[in-house]
Amino acid sequence: MMINISEKWGYHGIAALKKASPGYKMLLGFFGLVALAGLLVGLHGFFVGYRHVYNVTREIAWGMLISAYIFCVVTSTGLCIVSSFGHVFGNEALMPIAKRAVFLSIIFLLGGFCIIFFDIENPFRMAIWNVISPNFRSNMWWMGTLYGAYMVLMMIEYYCLLNQNHTVSRIVGFIGLSVGIAAHSNLGGIFGMLHGRPFWYGPYLPIYFIFSAAMSGGCAILFFTTLAAKINPEIMNQRMERAVKSLTLLTVYFIATIIFFTIWKVITGLVSEGKYPVIMSFLTGDYAVNFWFFEIFLGMVLPLFLLIASRGRKYTLIMWTTGLMMVGIFFMRYDIVIPGQMVPVYHSLGVVEASHIMSYVPSFHEIMISIWGLAFIIIAYLAGEKMLNGHQLQKHEIVPEGAYICPGCGGIHYMKEGETMEEAMKRQHGNW
Amino acid sequence: MEIRMKFPKINFDEMENEGTKSVTAGERRKFLKLGFAVAGVYAGGKLLSLTSLVGSAQASTGAERAVKDLYSPHYSMVIRQSMCIDCERCVEACIKTNDVPEYGYRTRILTKKYSGTLDKAVEFIPVLCNHCNNPPCVRGCPTKATYKDPVTGIVRMESKKCIGCKTCILACPYDARYFDEERHAIDKCDFCWDKRLSKGETQTGCSAACPTGARTFGDLSDPNSIVYKLVHQIQEEVWVLRPDDNTKPNVFYMKGTIGSVDAILKGSKFKYFDPTKV
Repeated sequence: MMINISEKWGYHGIAALKKASPGYKMLLGFFGLVALAGLLVGLHGFFVGYRHVYNVTREIAWGMLISAYIFCVVTSTGLCIVSSFGHVFGNEALMPIAKRAVFLSIIFLLGGFCIIFFDIENPFRMAIWNVISPNFRSNMWWMGTLYGAYMVLMMIEYYCLLNQNHTVSRIVGFIGLSVGIAAHSNLGGIFGMLHGRPFWYGPYLPIYFIFSAAMSGGCAILFFTTLAAKINPEIMNQRMERAVKSLTLLTVYFIATIIFFTIWKVITGLVSEGKYPVIMSFLTGDYAVNFWFFEIFLGMVLPLFLLIASRGRKYTLIMWTTGLMMVGIFFMRYDIVIPGQMVPVYHSLGVVEASHIMSYVPSFHEIMISIWGLAFIIIAYLAGEKMLNGHQLQKHEIVPEGAYICPGCGGIHYMKEGETMEEAMKRQHGNW
Repeated sequence: MEIRMKFPKINFDEMENEGTKSVTAGERRKFLKLGFAVAGVYAGGKLLSLTSLVGSAQASTGAERAVKDLYSPHYSMVIRQSMCIDCERCVEACIKTNDVPEYGYRTRILTKKYSGTLDKAVEFIPVLCNHCNNPPCVRGCPTKATYKDPVTGIVRMESKKCIGCKTCILACPYDARYFDEERHAIDKCDFCWDKRLSKGETQTGCSAACPTGARTFGDLSDPNSIVYKLVHQIQEEVWVLRPDDNTKPNVFYMKGTIGSVDAILKGSKFKYFDPTKV
């Protein structure tokens, strides 16, 4: 059985971890300790009561944990979207990333769950009452349900990918993508349907979340693929090079989309009474560093230029760019959740108690729990790269009989009768 | 001096019945139109068009927002905010009645300071759960832990179902909710249903403790109740907080001068709108 799995799935087991270099083991151990520390701090908060250790209040009830959770699930959905271009919709250039992207999508979602567990006050009640007493009008109920379904579907999809059952994987992948988009736009809907909060209210966030997810997904898979190439250069074959090239282009396109979204968010916000204080705090106030440096510079402008400059070929540059971009994206999520609550609900009433704009700084516990989720993702990624042999496949997609995957362009070419692969390549591409 | 309009006195009992033959088609149509207008068919589909018209005529959102979905009893509060002196006895009574922890509150008093005005320089505005007819918190709750009581219209909590996701805190535009550690659930004002109303009392803790009558509590479906009278009178403007959020609150606000209170207590000169006597 074990031999079968290792052949078919490329599963190399714990043995692969044991064979890893000392530096790699130290890295794993370091993140293991960080995750453990975060988990212990979280459990401490769980037992003493979150009120005593979190900086959230009744006015700012959703803090850093929610934004970290959103960062994780946005990236998860984004990875699902980006991977689907290849192995669901048949864009051959993007097929080689499917296995890694779906794997990362699952662990990012699990990382998000690791974090949200410590935000929900009674997580165990949720399992019971979400089923027994559902409120179908509640976005929150749909979020739990759709993300639960999404996780199961992604796991089935991944299993099919491992088993090289590409037909089923494609169907499940399509359903998973649909549910993922429903789940994720609904997450935007949670914010967008709170009509007491003008900064969030409206159809903007559900739409923005989907495009933003696609950008995060492109960024994440570029980062983790180029990082994987550092860990194991073998994974970078011609097909993967082509995939990275296409992904770079795609990510540039998605960054441009998000720049467009952000520009209009600012311009429209400036003429709205409820949004104005928030937009001004982005432009010149408390959130100016978050906005201009992290969100705009690290998250959009820098990667836009550097990714174009890399031409999809300079992997070290791509790795650093997308790594910094993920930091920027983290702040992007933070800048959705926290500032949306900074204007007190009685602000427009003109009373003394609600005249000031509220501030929030995450507490030690909140930071550590966010780190626990992110460290979990890093460990799972590092372990996965070794144990699953760099997510390489013997066969990436269905190859019809008499055809082969062109090592040059990654496309599927047909061989004429009596023709060798080299002859077919020459026929397809001429002399090169 | 009061100016009264004089109406000709007609004794209908002694008049002859003209029958329907003399009524022209045009007259009939006019009569029907009048009936439709009274029944609210034309008035933007509002069911109780008369009370709604009172509301808009007074530029008030009060009566307009109250009349739909009447509960029985339809518990409601009218706050006459210029009578509030910020003694905080209501807040103390609330804490005592409902075991509210020191880190939370179900009701509080906000301070509004006016500058550049000639008369009053400061005003106190008590706030609490508005027990909305269209409550955003109830829509947001994933497990129906918070719900609109089908009988009384009170927005209540079923603590054992609360998962603590805090969506309702964010959804509420009145800052009426907080997480209570001891209850392991969100806690909020329930118009003292658990501690007082369900045990036969007619006043909430806060309204009973209010020394000036700034907080009046009662049944909006009962024309004899003080809240009914205050909401339906047309002397003073009645409003709700954050009307644009379309929550249709059951806590109403008015300035509430001493004059209008006197009138209500005497029950004489006070003009209030009574749809049953039209």
